[in-house]
Amino acid sequence: MVPEIGHFALALALALALVQSVLPIAGASRGNAVWMKSAQATAIGQVLFVAIAFAALMQAFIVSDFTVRNVVENSHSLKPMLYKVAGTWGSHEGSLLLWILILAVFGAGVAWFGSNIPAETKARTLSVQAWISVGFLSFLLLTSNPFERVFPPPLDGNDLNPLLQDMGLAMHPPLLYFGYVGFSIVFSFAVAALIEGRVDPAWARWVRPWTLAAWISLTAGIALGSWWAYYELGWGGWWFWDPVENVSFMPWLLGTALLHSAIVTEKRDAFKSWTILLAILTFSLSLLGTFIVRSGLLTSVHAFAVDPERGVYILGLLAVSIGGSLALYAWRAPEMEPGGLFRPISREAGLLVNNLILAAATGTVLFGTLYPLILEAVTGDKISVGPPFFNAAFIPMMLALVVFMGLGPFLSWKRADIAGLLDRIQFVAVLAVIAALAAWYLLNGGPIMAYLAILGAAWLLFATLREWALRIRLFEVSLAESARRVRNLPRASHGMTLAHAGVAVLMMGMIGSTGWKSEEIVFAAPGTEVTIAGFDITFEGAAKVQGPNYIADRGTLVVRRDGELVTTLFPERRYYPVAESQTTESAIRSTLAGDLYTSIATPASDQVNNAGAWTLRILYEPLVNLIWIGSILLVIGGCLSLSDRRLRVGAPRRAKQPATDAVPAE
Amino acid sequence: MKRLIAGLPFIAAVIFGGFFLWGLNPDRDPNEIPSVLISQPAPAFDLDPVPGLETPGLARSDLVGNERPVVVNVFASWCVPCRAEHAVLTRFVERDGMRLFGINYKDKPEDAVKWLNDLGNPYERIGSDLSGRTGIEWGLSGVPETFIVDSDGTVLFRYVGPVVGPDAVERFTQALKQAGALPNGAGS
Repeated sequence: MVPEIGHFALALALALALVQSVLPIAGASRGNAVWMKSAQATAIGQVLFVAIAFAALMQAFIVSDFTVRNVVENSHSLKPMLYKVAGTWGSHEGSLLLWILILAVFGAGVAWFGSNIPAETKARTLSVQAWISVGFLSFLLLTSNPFERVFPPPLDGNDLNPLLQDMGLAMHPPLLYFGYVGFSIVFSFAVAALIEGRVDPAWARWVRPWTLAAWISLTAGIALGSWWAYYELGWGGWWFWDPVENVSFMPWLLGTALLHSAIVTEKRDAFKSWTILLAILTFSLSLLGTFIVRSGLLTSVHAFAVDPERGVYILGLLAVSIGGSLALYAWRAPEMEPGGLFRPISREAGLLVNNLILAAATGTVLFGTLYPLILEAVTGDKISVGPPFFNAAFIPMMLALVVFMGLGPFLSWKRADIAGLLDRIQFVAVLAVIAALAAWYLLNGGPIMAYLAILGAAWLLFATLREWALRIRLFEVSLAESARRVRNLPRASHGMTLAHAGVAVLMMGMIGSTGWKSEEIVFAAPGTEVTIAGFDITFEGAAKVQGPNYIADRGTLVVRRDGELVTTLFPERRYYPVAESQTTESAIRSTLAGDLYTSIATPASDQVNNAGAWTLRILYEPLVNLIWIGSILLVIGGCLSLSDRRLRVGAPRRAKQPATDAVPAE
Repeated sequence: MKRLIAGLPFIAAVIFGGFFLWGLNPDRDPNEIPSVLISQPAPAFDLDPVPGLETPGLARSDLVGNERPVVVNVFASWCVPCRAEHAVLTRFVERDGMRLFGINYKDKPEDAVKWLNDLGNPYERIGSDLSGRTGIEWGLSGVPETFIVDSDGTVLFRYVGPVVGPDAVERFTQALKQAGALPNGAGS
């Protein structure tokens, strides 16, 4: 009964979406206030019905209702409750339902909180959002109904892929989707602005909180996914340039560009058509990600069950939404009048360079991700593009970006004072060079690129701190006065400082764990000793242990340094009988200085097994935790910026609008 | 000019869309990896016979100088798909006159002997690759794998996975015919 309610609720949500996709936008062009207002009710109705459907599916998972095909295929009665709940979005159908739920949440969010948005803009935006809803709800109902029954019902389910039975996974898709799909509302705003033919600073200000919210979630989602791959999958790395990682990373890169270009639109009424284009492309890349993951277009470790029919349907959706919006862009964008002028050395120019680099980096990742497909289509050759390409192409671009990232915040709008700028940054530059040289002296060895990266990261960190210190006039005025300035500084400004510093910290972690990683793979019988990065590790043997729904081989590794016992690690190799699959549970000693990462694998052949030998993989990854810390800083910075008074929902508008309080034109 | 620039993203999207549409072709499998061995000489190897079997061992020289191309099948008794494939290969040998050689991959001799005694032995020669070294030379990605080798020792075709089911048998039959590995008139 409950699954039928869920199914029916989805159909009702589709009906509401259909109404919302026509009525408000028609009202906006005819000036019919009632029609425009209807969007408010339908958007909130939509989120309610989709939430009912989602709850119905979740209920089926919680009570293990094996008459529902989706539950049979992705759950098992013995699975821990947390993973039963998480199983709701573990499959293609369930995750698509989550996708739609988030789409509806953002639509309803604008309907509920967007009281400062003019009625026409709001009506058009919500209609565009409903177009996307119609597309995906019909996709779900027509090709991937999550409530399909199965008869006769089996006694038990097939279990969820054990790799996915982890806390990181339980949180990773919802956050990632929140980011991915959050850009939909920005897209809707952009399309609405194109239909209206008007973009102004106010538009940029309405869009900013939604962009930020989506960006924060996407940042957290990607970081969590990376963390999951590192800790759970036992891959011993945090980024692999896998196509599916790339498709989540591209919207992030472009979304970051969008965040920055929208600032220019907001403060200086410039970069308007560029900002619109970025808004469209960011969501287009999110859609592309959805398409790639669900169509079997590229090989990847991720990928859902593949069905060409679904692929064609999503491609159709993509063609309509991306093709349609870009055609609209081609038609309307040239009519947008350019905004304020600026000099080559100014905040605008800095942000322009930032945007160009980020867009070029996105293009590089896109090209690298799709190159195998394109090459196969053109020549029939099959290749895969791996880390060497991305590292060679992407890292230099990021280093260039970092140079400008450090510089940008020092620049003033319109025209920066070059002499003053040099005066303020020379100290920072010297400090960064000293830091890089010191690293060279202390570490001797490692790739030269790593030292350039250290230079970049140090430059960014010091420049960011210096800029912050200048703002609060640290040591120029009394500490109490500085503290007062800290309080008075807009939160968005603190947010920027924190996020930029976060990038520097993140870089340090990446440099440490790639440039100075050490790895040992040994074939070890009990008593074998391995020495890595100053640790002496003794393998004591492996034993069988029994978990709730798995059996494991657990190795015991005693770690000593200079004869002193440091810790004992227990890496496991788990076997899940129901799902007939195995996972690696690495054991990690984690400190700020680095992670000692150990995993155990089954021996290659039977003869060896009799001798009690196991394959051990031991890694030392210096500074790797800085990656997670840096990511957290990015997220906190984003949240601070989101809580800025200027963006706060319901906060009274300032008397003067930024558009008009800008310096008069020359 | 401005109009042209504004239209560029649309044009790029259409081009990408074309590639995606092409990529959705259901016959296309992005996981399929072409073998580097195709049109290359088969690797050098010399394997002892499986102890306890009458069948002689297998070396590269046995693949060269035959009248027609021959088939090399990598199998193991522990490999369940091999068991399913065994019947298909036997049929090719008995009905169509295909010449079949085997590499027994990382298998205990006594298991292999029992397996062949149970199911029958369609192989002319079987090399025992206990260490898996020869498997590496052949670029094995898993068991079973089947190769067609020309009389000058060139690898003509590689099939990854069991030759089981109508599609696989059809593909394999086509490959055998193209290579001329079957006596005239066979393989219908």
